[in-house]
Amino acid sequence: MSTPQKPFSRVVEAIPPSGIRKFFDLAQSMQGVISLGVGEPDFPTPWSAREAAIHALEHGATTYTSNSGLLELREAVTDDLADRYGVRYRAADECLVTSGVSEGLDLTLRALLNPGDEVIVPEPCYVAYQPCVAFAGGVPVPVALDPGDAYRLDPAIIGAAITENTKAILFGSPSNPTGSAQSAADIEALAALAREHDLWLLSDEIYDRLTYHGTHTPVSAAAWERTVLLGGFSKSYAMTGWRVGYVCAPEPLAQLMHRIHQYTMLCAPHMSQIAALEAMRTAQDDVDEMVADYDRRRRLFSKGLDELGLTCPVPGGAFYVFPSITATGMSSEEFAEGLLTQEKVAVVPGNVFGPSGEGHVRCSYATALPQLEQALERISRFIGS
Amino acid sequence: MREILTVLESDAHASSERIATLTGIDEATVREQVAAWEASGVIRRYKAVVDWDRFGDERVTAFVDVTVAPERGRGFDDVAERIARFREIRAVHLVSGAQDLRVEVEGASMKEVADFVAQKLSGIDRVTATSTHFLLRRYKDDGQLLTDPEPDQRLSVTP
Repeated sequence: MSTPQKPFSRVVEAIPPSGIRKFFDLAQSMQGVISLGVGEPDFPTPWSAREAAIHALEHGATTYTSNSGLLELREAVTDDLADRYGVRYRAADECLVTSGVSEGLDLTLRALLNPGDEVIVPEPCYVAYQPCVAFAGGVPVPVALDPGDAYRLDPAIIGAAITENTKAILFGSPSNPTGSAQSAADIEALAALAREHDLWLLSDEIYDRLTYHGTHTPVSAAAWERTVLLGGFSKSYAMTGWRVGYVCAPEPLAQLMHRIHQYTMLCAPHMSQIAALEAMRTAQDDVDEMVADYDRRRRLFSKGLDELGLTCPVPGGAFYVFPSITATGMSSEEFAEGLLTQEKVAVVPGNVFGPSGEGHVRCSYATALPQLEQALERISRFIGS
Repeated sequence: MREILTVLESDAHASSERIATLTGIDEATVREQVAAWEASGVIRRYKAVVDWDRFGDERVTAFVDVTVAPERGRGFDDVAERIARFREIRAVHLVSGAQDLRVEVEGASMKEVADFVAQKLSGIDRVTATSTHFLLRRYKDDGQLLTDPEPDQRLSVTP
């Protein structure tokens, strides 16, 4: 008996699998690999949050929560945003606890897009942005940013891609994979552009606490009425596996997102929400220590790359550097594959984050200092050979 | 500037050049600042955190609660300093609670520690009682977990 012969979803079949997969399979099959390919912190979740979750499990927090998420958590999130961003969202109906930013992004796009609506996606960017737009029936419009301009969200480049079908601009700052953090002036200019063309700004701010040159520039502070703020605990509190994040948006859109969420995910994991709440209450010192540690690694690693002639703008946030490898004469994939097989260092080829990432590789410095130093030695040997 | 101390606290071996790289402060400034802190006593000394058990050295440690007889017009300083000067004493703290001083004694064997407490510590003027707790196992010392680190469970390449 064969499975039904009728075609699968054309939309899904048209999306290629992530280019990261190939390197994952290769790296997994090898011993002694130093991985700079990991998009998550090397720190464990702060103990206070883990202990709170253990206690919660012992006391039966194994049920659904309200669809929106625990009210206490939403209040903690909205108070924190008022404090750090200077914007006020109502915990009751403008904030939704999601299973990570990934779910928040999916809800946003599905609530917002009609077939054929265009979403401008500046790249290189996180691998899921364009597929998620397509899954929601929209048309992703990739726009290449300029590495020579530190991947700045230049309003002129973005503006040139706007058509009458454009509905939103989707971006992350600080950025995965480039580590660039946008300036307040550029965010202001982008907000003005969005206002002029009546667009939404879909802002992935998952790395908001991981900034190294001054403080984070929140998009919602520049354009509250047209911003969808996607945030979470995964990166700043080292809580990737808990799958808990949040999305904040003006009430009419937030309620449509809530509608999808209540029929699909229902709620984020109860025990994870409790852990996230405890992290917000007690783990600020842990976060500060992690950020200080990333900052030291960032300085050491970007200096090391620079000395090897692999130039990159010094990243302002997240835990990635995105050096140019064009001086080696190799393509991104050749470089990444050669480095992995010859010297056992895993990096991610830049082209998986969009065509303009070609000629670059993404290196994550969420790895202990001695390993970063060893990786630099191996990279040096590789490009010298 | 505080960052310089953070680096040195976790790696006393760090050179000025390395500290400069890690903190973004220029090397000459790092060198001057460290020298100034060494002179003023902000940096007391450089030491290694040694796990003697792992080395195979069988030392014995005891925490001893010491009760001191109160005497009009005299505090605890003279008794505390007298105790602190013994080579066997690793630490002396004045604490709140039922006893007055909590001291840490180290010796080559239980007998050596017991003899020290019985013959030296309890014989000091105004020491009226001691309560000795032998240390069985250290789990965390000086802010440093001594248990094995948690394994890295991350996948090697993720988005």
